[in-house]
Amino acid sequence: MASAATKISRFNIVSLALGLAFLYLPIAVLVIYSFNGSRLVTVWGGWSLRWYAEFFNDRAMIDAAWMSFRVAASSATIATLLGTLAAVALSRGERFKGRTLFSGMLYAPLVMPEVITGLSLLLLFVAINAGRGFWTVTVAHTTLTLCFVAVVVQSRLGSLDRSLEEAAMDLGCDPVGAFVAVTLPRILPAIIAGWMLAFTLSLDDLVIASFTTGPGSETLPIRIYSEVRLGVKPEINAICTLVIGLIAVVIVVASLASKLSSAQTRSAAPL
Amino acid sequence: MSARRIFARPARLAAIAPYFWMVLFFLVPFGFVLKISLSQTAIAQPPYLPVFDPMQGFAAIKAAFAALSLDNFRLLVSDHLYAMSYLRSLVVAAVSTSILVLIGYPIAYGMARLPRRWQSVAMMLVIVPFWTSFLIRIYAWINILQHDGLLNRILLALHLVATPVVWLSTDSAMYLGIVYSYLPFMILPLYATLDKMDPALLEAASDLGSSPRQAFWLVTFPLSLPGVAAGVLLCFIPIVGEFVIPDLLAGSDSLMIGQTLWLEFFTNRDWPVAAAAAVLLLVLLLAPLLLYDRLQRRQLEGTR
Repeated sequence: MASAATKISRFNIVSLALGLAFLYLPIAVLVIYSFNGSRLVTVWGGWSLRWYAEFFNDRAMIDAAWMSFRVAASSATIATLLGTLAAVALSRGERFKGRTLFSGMLYAPLVMPEVITGLSLLLLFVAINAGRGFWTVTVAHTTLTLCFVAVVVQSRLGSLDRSLEEAAMDLGCDPVGAFVAVTLPRILPAIIAGWMLAFTLSLDDLVIASFTTGPGSETLPIRIYSEVRLGVKPEINAICTLVIGLIAVVIVVASLASKLSSAQTRSAAPL
Repeated sequence: MSARRIFARPARLAAIAPYFWMVLFFLVPFGFVLKISLSQTAIAQPPYLPVFDPMQGFAAIKAAFAALSLDNFRLLVSDHLYAMSYLRSLVVAAVSTSILVLIGYPIAYGMARLPRRWQSVAMMLVIVPFWTSFLIRIYAWINILQHDGLLNRILLALHLVATPVVWLSTDSAMYLGIVYSYLPFMILPLYATLDKMDPALLEAASDLGSSPRQAFWLVTFPLSLPGVAAGVLLCFIPIVGEFVIPDLLAGSDSLMIGQTLWLEFFTNRDWPVAAAAAVLLLVLLLAPLLLYDRLQRRQLEGTR
């Protein structure tokens, strides 16, 4: 029997509804206006797809989108590999030398202002004379996003019952065998979710990419940013809607993946 | 030897590759920032002096070391433009973080009170905007806030204002943008703490005669403080260095430090001063960063 103290109140419902409305209204406005036929962003000129057509005819924008997509896919893949290894070491490695430094290096980038991360990576690339472009941005994004993957996978590993791994070893598996047979299938949803998160973070990043890219290899956010600085353009609404659509697909896939095994544990830490 | 200990050995080996990566691409770069913050600006490629060249032998390296100086830091400390930048960043971050707590808490609280099956839906709804580009969300607000944007049109139609209000390039727009962008970062840790709370505690408080309001302030709120701390750090630290939001939404008369750094780097091409600004920013954020590190460690690794 729930007492008045634990029941949901009208205040709870109103604040939740207002909060969600605040989060979604601007995005909804943006999406709706991307289908606006009028050149004036604020005047409604009927439904139309002309700004999408405009985008698909904009060579520079398409190139930037393709560059972003390639960077996001490659950096997310490397980050998922490294981040998962890091998570395994932190949650199963017990104590080891340099552990504090290791976890500190993995947690700090999560909150580190991007101007610092971007500038420091650029100065490294300049010092070692690395030609700036696709690979420097990919390495930079990998460095940032592998930390997010590590945290997501680590929180999943922490919530797993370790007795299964131990049982597998008692039954004759070596540690690697036990990991592959027992642990890996159960953290797979978190690994997939980590990849998705890394992909979208890379796709979104403006600041770090601006520092680490070179001439001729603009990413989509860099391109959008330089357009937005000049004012609102309906074409940008269309591009943003496409990006939101892509991210929505990614999120649906990620949540389906994590549903597959979230029956066992509920993790409240998406970060 | 226990299975757990045997398992730990190969698990430790897994650290090697990410360890190496993070040292090379996260730790070592700070060394370069520090070094270049002590260098001088030059019209050259790269635009700073001295440039270390190990090929030129020991004497050259020694000369290069001798050429390092604290001039850039002297400039940052003495020029009140930079001091104002740092101050403004701290004020903006403090004010926005306070607003975020005030807005985020009731939302997280409402989420934790929802029936179980609705909680995961609500959490999904809060996470989705977090996955959507910062830049796009700020751009969405420019759409609404511009001179003949939606907000002014609604206000005019309702006769609340006689002439369009200037929203863009104001501090209010910037605060709105920051609060909007960081809200999920505040809600999620708060919700995680509130959700873990044992409802029996509130039942007990109520049995002992507390009103729901008293029970909230005596039980729920004090127990949720670790979540508040996590949310505050998760928002405060990146907001201090924020660039995109103030650049697109605030006026250009006073800059946050992230903007100053960006300007020095991209517009003035003064890399050494930009690097010095980054070093000072890092020093400023060191205490909250260490606190955050401890909190994260406690949450993920169960250590004290």
